[in-house]
Parts: sequence; C-alpha cells; structure tokens
Amino acid sequence: MSLKRPLFGFLLLSIAAIPLIAAPQSGSQPQAAQQTGVKASAKQKAEAKNSAHQDEGQRVFEQNCSRCHNTPDGFSSRISGTVVRHMRVRASLSQHDEQELLRFLNP
Amino acid sequence: MPRFGLSSLLVEMLRAARLVTFALAVLGVGRYAGAQDTPLLSGGVGFFTSTNGGNTTYQPMIQPLVAAPIGQHLLIESRAALIETYAPRSNGLSGYDHTFFGALTYLQGDAILTPHVTLVAGSFLIPFGTYNERLSPIWISNFQDGPLISNLGLMSTGTGVGGMLRGSAISRRKYSIDYAAYFSARSGNEQFNSERSSGGRASLYLPDQRLEIGFSYNRLLQEVHENFYGAHVWWEPKDTAFRLRSEYARGHHAQGYWIEADYRTQAFGGLDSFIGRFEPVFRMQQTFRRDTQVSDGLPLVNTQRADFGLDYNLPHNTRIITSYARQFSSTGNRNIWETGIVYRFLFPAWKGKSK
Repeated sequence: MSLKRPLFGFLLLSIAAIPLIAAPQSGSQPQAAQQTGVKASAKQKAEAKNSAHQDEGQRVFEQNCSRCHNTPDGFSSRISGTVVRHMRVRASLSQHDEQELLRFLNP
Repeated sequence: MPRFGLSSLLVEMLRAARLVTFALAVLGVGRYAGAQDTPLLSGGVGFFTSTNGGNTTYQPMIQPLVAAPIGQHLLIESRAALIETYAPRSNGLSGYDHTFFGALTYLQGDAILTPHVTLVAGSFLIPFGTYNERLSPIWISNFQDGPLISNLGLMSTGTGVGGMLRGSAISRRKYSIDYAAYFSARSGNEQFNSERSSGGRASLYLPDQRLEIGFSYNRLLQEVHENFYGAHVWWEPKDTAFRLRSEYARGHHAQGYWIEADYRTQAFGGLDSFIGRFEPVFRMQQTFRRDTQVSDGLPLVNTQRADFGLDYNLPHNTRIITSYARQFSSTGNRNIWETGIVYRFLFPAWKGKSK
C-alpha cells in the first residue's frame, strides 16, 4: 500500500468536513471594556485593566484547556495553582499564558 | 501496560505511594502555606459496556491522577488505571469471567527550567500525535475506545522511561509553536515497561483561525530500528462548540488515520441547556497494512470503521457516552455498541488555607 492513498483520503475527508460546520453563533466571550469619549477615572481604568486580563485569561483557557476537555463545574481555589502548573506542562503553555490563566482562575 | 497479579500490584502501588508520600511530605514542609498550590486529586470513575460481534463485556474503571507542586518550579504527577473486566466465557461456557488490570500509567517529575523549557523525567506518556497525551483519559475521550491507530508510534507501551524536554518555543498573538523531544531507555520493570526510543513532536497553532497543525517523529532504537511518522490537524471554529480533530500515523508495517468531529449547539439556551448538553460525535478511521508482520497493535488486515456517537454532558462533571460503530474488513464486518458513564473528580488532596 503506498503512502499516497491513505494520506489523500485523510486530506480529502478533512476538507470535505469543513462546509458541514454550522455558521458561527453568537459569541460567548465578553468584549473588552472600551473607553471612549470622556476620560476614564482611575477606577474605570483599573476595571478595564482587570477586564482585559480576564479576557486574556479566558482566551488562554479556551485555546489551551477547553479544546481538549469540558470545563470542570468548579474547583477549589486552593488547587488552582496546581491545575495551572499541570496545564503548563501538558499544554506547553508559555509563561505569560500560565500567568494569565492563573489570574483568570483567581479573579 | 503490563498485566500482573494483585499481590505484585499492591507491592508496586505501595512503592509508588511511598514515593508520592515523600513528595507530598516535602511539599508539606515547604509549600503548605502556599494556599493555591495544594496538591490535587483528580481523575475519572466510569462504568462501560461494549457489545462487539454479539459479546458484551462490562468494565468498571478508575483512573486517578495526583499532582503535587514542590516549590515554584517543580511538579510531581502520576496517573493510574484500575480496571475490572467481565467478559463472557469462551468455548461455549455460560457465565462470565473477570480479570483485573491495574498499573501506573505514568509517574513523572516536571521541572520548569526557563520560560521556554520544561524538563520531564521519569515515566511519561510518549509525545506522538495527540491521542496519547491529550485524549486518552476516560473523562476526556468522546468515545469509549481509542482510535485503531492509537498504538502506532507509541512503542507498544505508550510510555517512555527517561527524559523529555518540552515547552512553548514561540508564543505570539498570531501564532505559537510548541515542541516536545524525548529519549527513553529500555525498561523491563513490571510497572514502568518501556522500549529504547527517541523522538518528538512540534505543533503550530494559529489562534485567529483556531487551527493547529503538528508533526511527530519517533524512532525505535532497539532490535529492528523502525521509524514512525505522524501528523495531526485540529480545528475549532471561533464561537462555536464544534471541534474537528484528525491524525495520520505511518509505521514500518502499517499506517492509518482518524478524523473526529463533535458539536454542541448553543442555539437553545446555551451549552448548559437540556439541548445544549447533547453532543453528537462522529469518527471515521482507516488502517492499511504495509506488510504482514504484526508488531504494532493495528488490525491484521486493512480495516475501515465509522463511529457514530451521542454523548450527554450532565451537570457535576458527569458524561454519558454512547456509540455505535460499523467496522469493515476482509475478516468480517461487525457492529460495536458501546455505552458508558464517567464522573470526573477534582479536589484538593488535603485541606489547605485559602489566600
């Protein structure tokens, strides 16, 4: 059996599956806080910064954790550091992503 | 993984437990006050049934996982599998026989050396393709049994004993590249069986497209040296609960691929609604023999198989997994019906203090 036949079938089925995808539905990610017009107060800035961190953490979570497994219903904050370190190794997270994920799990 | 008696299992488990206990004790001295770094117990408990060619087997199963950080840069982690299998007696006898299987799946220490390099030492899952490392736990897999090619490139044991370097080589907003490279020594230890081999995997991930493309290469370094090549493509369109995963693997004696798609709708009240918890799954797979030498765990003849699954994601980390598969080969076509329920647990190993 030559290499070409199964590889061709593999690629063909991959491509054929793409049109079957349902159209993207309403986004589940909250949008980053936007500051427009009036100069934001220090409190608003802090909230916006926190929101941006949350979005970044959620992005890391969706791209590295929930791609493989369902989101756990919840777990103790006492093990969040351990969970993140395990994910850093298993998902080969960068140091930045590890920190954002830890912040996301401990808002 | 090796099969062995209950007494030797207990001895091996006690040895492993001593090691883990030692690690936890060190942790307790050094990091108990670090509230967020409390060691964790996780894993899955499941009960599965499978009817293959008219024979039904029952499998209660536990896959516990322990992870214990030590200091700021170390992590000890291990996973085990405890399985009791009830299968119909052969030779026309009525009733069931049961067998017990228990083994550590891996036991490894992880040292985060730099932002880009993590050193893994001990008994670790071989990084080839995606199934072995990412999808094999029972609380993650969409189907009860793995793909037909899941043994290809895993040196028959699925684990290596030695060292591995892995990490994120580059991480940018538009793309990231991660890698894993390992060397395994040959080990005849009953609990940590492995072949002498080396290899690795590299993956490119494009966040905007939610697309991952990766390549794997392993080489067996004992007896007849054999090469294994693998490729994988994963795609999860943004803002949908659709996932497309696929893998291709080529060994010295056989090759094959699988493509798996699963979907959960958000149109009827979100993923946590009654409808949103349903998860239809489809998997297509084919294997091709390159010669008649059998050393890789793949079917003896060219085989095609289509799996149709319907999973239901209950609250409290519980999943019902059902599937029907039709397998085609020159040795005979067969139907495979599978059902199961899995509970995933995740909690601290002991009571700590919250920050």
